[in-house]
This record gives sequence, C-alpha cells and structure tokens, in this order.
Amino acid sequence: MEYEAVIGLEVHTELKTNSKVFCGCTTAFGGEPNTHVCPICLGLPGVLPVLNKRVVEFAIKIGLALNCKIAAFSKFDRKNYYYPDLPKNYQISQYDLPIAAGGYLPIEVNGETKSIGITRVHMEEDAGKLLHSGESISRSPYSLVDYNRTGVPLLEIVSEPDLRTPEEARAYLEKLKAILQYTDVSDCKMEEGSLRCDANVSIRPVGSDKFGTKTEIKNMNSFRALQRALEYEIQRQREVLESGGRIVQETRSWDEAKGITVSMRSKEQAHDYRYFPEPDLVPLVIEREWVEEIRRSLPELPDARKERLIRDYGLPPYDAGVITSSRDLADFFDRTVALHPDAKTVSNWVMGELLRLLNAGNLDITRSLIKPAGLAELLRLMDQGTISGKMAKVIFEEMFSTGKDPGTIVREQGLVQISDEGELAAVVDRVLAGNPGVVEDFRAGKERALGFLVGQVMKETKGKANPGLVNKLLKERLGSN
Amino acid sequence: MALVTISKADVEHVALLARLELTEEEKERYTQQLNNILGYMEKMNALDTAGVEPTAHVLPMQNVFREDAARPGLPRELALHNAPQAQDGMYKVPRIV
Repeated sequence: MEYEAVIGLEVHTELKTNSKVFCGCTTAFGGEPNTHVCPICLGLPGVLPVLNKRVVEFAIKIGLALNCKIAAFSKFDRKNYYYPDLPKNYQISQYDLPIAAGGYLPIEVNGETKSIGITRVHMEEDAGKLLHSGESISRSPYSLVDYNRTGVPLLEIVSEPDLRTPEEARAYLEKLKAILQYTDVSDCKMEEGSLRCDANVSIRPVGSDKFGTKTEIKNMNSFRALQRALEYEIQRQREVLESGGRIVQETRSWDEAKGITVSMRSKEQAHDYRYFPEPDLVPLVIEREWVEEIRRSLPELPDARKERLIRDYGLPPYDAGVITSSRDLADFFDRTVALHPDAKTVSNWVMGELLRLLNAGNLDITRSLIKPAGLAELLRLMDQGTISGKMAKVIFEEMFSTGKDPGTIVREQGLVQISDEGELAAVVDRVLAGNPGVVEDFRAGKERALGFLVGQVMKETKGKANPGLVNKLLKERLGSN
Repeated sequence: MALVTISKADVEHVALLARLELTEEEKERYTQQLNNILGYMEKMNALDTAGVEPTAHVLPMQNVFREDAARPGLPRELALHNAPQAQDGMYKVPRIV
C-alpha cells in the first residue's frame, strides 16, 4: 500500500530579550551555573512574577509575520508537572487564550509553493538544564540542576499537520528560522538550544482523509537531524503497519549517533497538567493601536525581499532564494550592491566563493572577515583590469582568512595584472620566437596550439598577464583575425 | 448540573500528582472533606450567572508590565543556601525516573 506522512511541528524559540520573562535576571547564554537566578525564577515563596513588555511585543511581531490574528484578550496559565528542571513545579504558559493564532507560512519545495497553517503562537518560560550523573537519566542515581535558563522567554509556534514530507518539514523550519531572524526576536542557534523543534508524525494510506496514530519525536538538534529523524520514523511506522502491527501513541527520542528513534515510555505517562489561570499575573488586553504600531515596525520579510531582488536586480529566483534565506546574508548582498551596482556579479561571488568558504569553515556570515566594502573593492579592481578573475579568487581567499583589504593584498603579493600592451607584446614576441614549431601547428589549423602559447606567456609573466590582452596580441601576430 | 463527587481513587490520583503520601485513614478523611467542599460549590451553582462575564482574575486589572532591563540576581552561595544538597555550583537532586 502507498502511504503518505502527516507531520506537524512544534517549535520553541528563545527570545532575544535582555532580561527573563518574569524577572530581571539576564538571559545571557553560558554563565557559570546558577549565577543568573533570583528568588522569582527560583520559585521561592512569596514572590510575584511581572511580565516583560518586550516579550509581548516580540510575540505580537512574530504573530503578525506569520499572518496570525492577534488576540484582543490573552492570559497566562499554569501547566503543572513535577520535574526538577522546573523549580516551581509548574511552568507559566498559555493554554486557551494564546497571544496569536490562525496564521500561515508559505514554503517552497521543488519549485512549488505550499501554505502551511500556523495553529497558534504562545508565550511561556523556559526550564532549567539537567546534568545527569550517569550516561542517561534512568541510569543516574542523582542529577545536577542549573537554573540559569529557567524563566528565559520562549515562544511556542505550533503548525497545523499540513506537512507531508521530511523535506517540507525542513523547508518550514528553515523559513520559520529566517522569519525569526529577520524580525530580530531570536538568535535561532540550534546548537545552543535557542531554536528547538519537536515533530508529530503519523502515516495513512494515500487518499485517506483520516489521521493515523501519531508519535511525537523529540531531541532533533539540527535541520539535518529533523529530516533524518522524520525519514526514519516514517519508514518505521510503515514497517510496523505492513507487518500487521499497530502504532503506539508515544513520545520517541531521536538518537543522532545511531540514526534511530527510541521510545521514551516512562512510568508516569499519563499527563495531567491541570492547567488553570495563573493567579499571579493579570490578563492582557491588547490595544489595536499597539498591534498596528508593531506591524509598521516589521522589517522587509524574506519573501518580499526575494521578490525585490528578482524584480530590481533581475536575479534568478534560485539565487534570490539562497541570498534571502538569511537576513545577514541578504544585508551583506544589499550593502555590496550599493557599492558595486553589478548585482549579478555580486550574487555570483556571494553564492559562489563566499558561501563555499563559509560552509567549508562552518561559519556564519556575521563571522566573516570579508566585509561588503572589501568585496566591492575587489570587484572594482577586476573591472578596471588591475587584476584578473583568477587573481581575484586568490585574493578573495586571502581576504577571507586575514581580513586584509584587496588593495593591500595586491601590493604585498605583487599581484597587479600586466595590462601594458608594450610590455606584454615583448613577452609575446619572445614566446613566438622560441616556439616556431607550435606557430607552424597553429597556422596549419591546430586551434589548440593557441592555448599552449597563451600558457607560455602566462608562465613568463608568473600568471600576471591580462589574459584578454594576451589573446589579442597573439592573434594579431598570428594573423588569425 | 449533575452533582460532582470525589472518589477515593480521585484522591489517590491527586495525591500522586502532588507527590503526597497518604495513609488509608487520610484518604478516607480527605475524600469526605473534598466532597464537603464540592457540596458547598453546588450552592453557588444555584446562582444565576447567565449575564455575568467569566473572569480570568479576581482583580479588575490588566497589562501590568516591566521594562526589559536586566539587573543582578542572587549571589550563587545565597541561591544554593537552602538546597538540601549541592555540588559544583548546582542543585543536587535524587534519581528522577
């Protein structure tokens, strides 16, 4: 039987605020354990949480960017459960009245655009970090707890089960990440846990409109992990059904090293969160004016920016898509084009050399030593004929690893291209005189002999000869044009 | 509305969720007491609240915010002061599962 997958994603993203959601502790990542804590986030008796206004602003911003309706009335609720990463034994979250709901996010897979529904966006507090004494939680006689992360503001963004393939899920997460970065509400560092993703997956016969039993997959810490985990889980469910079994509704954890999902069944499976309105926080009444003010503050979002690059610069949709997938990369492109208006050439260098070197070093564009002014200057030197395209690539690598500007590298390494016709003509004449046999071959119709002669001129000039000029001089002397 | 009653099994479930260990005698007693409380709620159900809007909070207040400014928290020694056990600057907790 042919099956299709039904996938929905739950994404948690830490917000880039200065302070936590309900207290003034810093949200900085990586401090010494339990140094970013106070009586409020530790849940000591007698304290009251007070909501950070910027968290609400960021939540509305994301709600708008995801085409959601922003609630006029919203409130916080307690989600009760016992786990030591949560010092209060409840998490302050939102239950029935989330800040935003009913949106959509268009994604593109294999050239086709598809709209993915956004069920809801809600605000909540992050939990602390556990360090287990053994190799796994169940093999640990004790665990250590660091509450620095407790109370860092989170947005939970829940999609409709509209995704059908692991590729679509990945495209959705990549697009969501781009929007979170464009709106500057989150760093989205999956490796630091500031962007986390869980997936609900089921399969059903193609053509069926009923949902199969789903499993929830956790612990996918990269885009690649998300795609691999979904591919594995879909195949696992297919094999269970095809061998006559049935899917058990459960939570499964992705094991990156083994490349499998494993059941997380625990003794206390029956969740009973007993949500109730948080009595320590008063409700939110969101004025339309505030929402409109935030809407006006929204930056140009990835899709609009992609369209602009296609329309204004004539970039191919693929190029425009790659460049706008990250706001920092798109900013780099725009700044370079402002200095060197040949957009297609800039795009070729950004997509080619720059991304190649960034990917090879697993670097982010913000860590790049090459700045827009440097790239623009390099392209100008090339346009002027001071350096050849080949030299430019060598200089680019040097700029990338040292941060030096191209002019300095050209001077230091003596890379200036020889474009002086008299100087080159002398070399060309010398080469022709020294290779009478090759000249004969060319005159006899062997076109390839020309390439050899160009090579000889390059060798004599240590690669600095202007290739166009060399060709021209050779052809003039060989009388072929 | 039908009268809601609490069974001994309900009490055991709530006790488990609240991590309370109850004796048989306590279970019986709390079942009785909780049913008394719920019985009192039934009196309130007799009131006509058709024209009253549900509230999420007892105070007629909304939109209490703080500005997004970070300030120092507790020194770590103080944060860990009341922890029954600590190690390497972290709270030490017994086996979780």
